Amino acid sequence: MLGALIIVFREVIEAGLIVGIAMAVTRGIVGRGYYIAGGVAAGVFGACVVGMFINTISGAFEGVGQELFNAAILSIAVIMLAWHNIWMARHGREIAAEMRQAGEAVRTGASTLMGLAIVVAVAVLREGSEVALFLYGIFIASAPGSGASLLVGGIMGLVLGACVTALTYGGLVRIPGRYLFGVTSVLIALLAAGLASQAVGFLEQANVVTFLPDQLWDSSNILSDTSILGRVLHTLVGYSDHPSVMEALIYIATLAVIGFLMKIFAHPAPAPSVR
Amino acid sequence: MRSHRANSRRLVAFMALWLAFLCGEQGLSGRAFAQEAASVKLTLKNHHFEPAEAHVPANKPFTIEVTNLDGTPAEFESKTLRVEKVVAAESTITLQMRALAPGRYRFFDDYHEDTTEGFLIVQ
Repeated sequence: MLGALIIVFREVIEAGLIVGIAMAVTRGIVGRGYYIAGGVAAGVFGACVVGMFINTISGAFEGVGQELFNAAILSIAVIMLAWHNIWMARHGREIAAEMRQAGEAVRTGASTLMGLAIVVAVAVLREGSEVALFLYGIFIASAPGSGASLLVGGIMGLVLGACVTALTYGGLVRIPGRYLFGVTSVLIALLAAGLASQAVGFLEQANVVTFLPDQLWDSSNILSDTSILGRVLHTLVGYSDHPSVMEALIYIATLAVIGFLMKIFAHPAPAPSVR
Repeated sequence: MRSHRANSRRLVAFMALWLAFLCGEQGLSGRAFAQEAASVKLTLKNHHFEPAEAHVPANKPFTIEVTNLDGTPAEFESKTLRVEKVVAAESTITLQMRALAPGRYRFFDDYHEDTTEGFLIVQ
């Protein structure tokens, strides 16, 4: 039971963290609950579909379909996160102003909601498909009796994942409003960079990206990225215990590009008159 | 407002380019050597690898085929080979591997790491 719990929990941590962050950054925006819940629902649905067709997906493109699929959906998440940050760099001030006027509830942020809903859907979809497979496997294959305890373990893993969401959200909303934007911007940029290097990792695994494959370091003895803490850092800052040179380069490049675009598109100095 | 829209458009164009760059690398490099590559076949049964030790020539791309005969899914994983891939119950996956330096590479089923372990000897 404990084994199942840990496996499932490890898979859902990433999605749990991302949902928590998405909820924190959209706090106060009208209708965000629907978008985030919609993202989760779409992700769960997608995960079941992917789980069902895993052999077809996996076998596509000479056996690297799964990797290409993962890389593609991760790229979408990276772009949506980058988009969110850049959009906020431009409109964050308006949102803050409107929040003060309208007391918490804002409409301005609605256009970034869709992007974050997609990020949530992608995160749930990716990790969820493995959870779906794992739980389904338990469900059909185990001997009667042992299956139930494994299933309980798996479900407890899911519940723990939801706790991660609650903790992340609870921690982030405790940050005073004027720092929140800065903190979440950095958080989302790091998240995006980590996902981008994961995407490249899949392309490397598919043997599609072949340059600079050498391992940059091996820190699996110090902190394995399959441990719970390693997994959390893996999501939050893209920690890997054996990154390739290429993955590291993409990580840095993504951070640089997002930072650069945020600067370029940042809101100009406050206009003299409001509208 | 207009300049904002122009900005958004520029941003979208930039992102599209970046995505194109990411995808563009795919087509050229990967496919060429798929035909003549050596291949390793591994089977998972009762959460054990058969064979538990396989050999491939060094410095040549090759493929690994993992067949899972068990009724539960497995995740074929290796830190040193840098792979991680789910193998559904009673199915087979293929991994296109890059050329490797000689060495002993450990792999395992991430869902049953306690019982499954195997080594790939590259020489």
